[in-house]
Amino acid sequence: MAQIKSLEALRSLRERVDKDISTRRDTGTTIIVGMGTCGIAAGARDTMHAIMEEIRKRDIEAHITTVGCIGMCAREPLVDIVQAGKPRVTYGNVTPDMVPRLIDEHLKKGQVVEEWVVGRLQDA
Amino acid sequence: MRELSLHVLDLMENSLAAGAHRLEVSILEDTVANTLTIVVADDGRGMDAETRARAVDPYYTTRTTRHVGLGLPLTKAAAERCAGSFSLESEPGKGTTVVARFQRDHIDRAPLGDMISALMGALLSDRDNWDLHYVHRIDERELVLDTAELREVLGDVPFGHPAVRDWLVEYLREGYKELYGQVEA
Repeated sequence: MAQIKSLEALRSLRERVDKDISTRRDTGTTIIVGMGTCGIAAGARDTMHAIMEEIRKRDIEAHITTVGCIGMCAREPLVDIVQAGKPRVTYGNVTPDMVPRLIDEHLKKGQVVEEWVVGRLQDA
Repeated sequence: MRELSLHVLDLMENSLAAGAHRLEVSILEDTVANTLTIVVADDGRGMDAETRARAVDPYYTTRTTRHVGLGLPLTKAAAERCAGSFSLESEPGKGTTVVARFQRDHIDRAPLGDMISALMGALLSDRDNWDLHYVHRIDERELVLDTAELREVLGDVPFGHPAVRDWLVEYLREGYKELYGQVEA
């Protein structure tokens, strides 16, 4: 019973988001979390969980994507923040307790948290 | 890894890295037989006999970014530490099946932990065009998540969409509340 009800909720949700999705994909924010064995062992899943909770709490629209190992295992958990028109910023050793500040400064105030940055890529 | 759900996530990541389009993941708890069994089966590219034999060797990896591959050896060690067993079946072009069985009440068995976040970790993967059939069974009761069914409803709206993501978490939370209704986690 509960399952049928939530599938209906999903259906109406789809109708709601269908129209604006393509624009949002082009202009929005994507947060990328490394989820290879190295990331998982370093706590990446809990970091991802903290990010999900924080952006929901603050009502921030952002996609969250997980990726495999990129070879910077010692700096895991790695979190990249990609915003249209801005350089991609990679943060290293991001534990769940760092997430509120990261979201607040980077996404809300638009300030990169320099002391946690391990890399930067110009927008391709 | 301090939770079994992290092993499950790691195994799912392996399957995705192997180009799987379909993942069958089961957590089977049998309180009478006193076993907890994790099964991760995929239709990815699979491994030949030599690769399969080396896959549980921590000093072997197919990746090019580093020289050790710890995932499978860690899961194998975790199962064997708990009076359990580990098996790895694989065939090139067909896929891979990993089975890790634990004595459910073994003192060294890590808790399953946050399975919802583990599933989300895989569902939010940047790899597309794959589906997950997930079952968590405790004796007679079970929770099922079938993403093929959800994708039919969602069309091209990705699981990473904020609204869909929240729906998924809520769906799994409800499911787990029901599943754990009568048994301890």
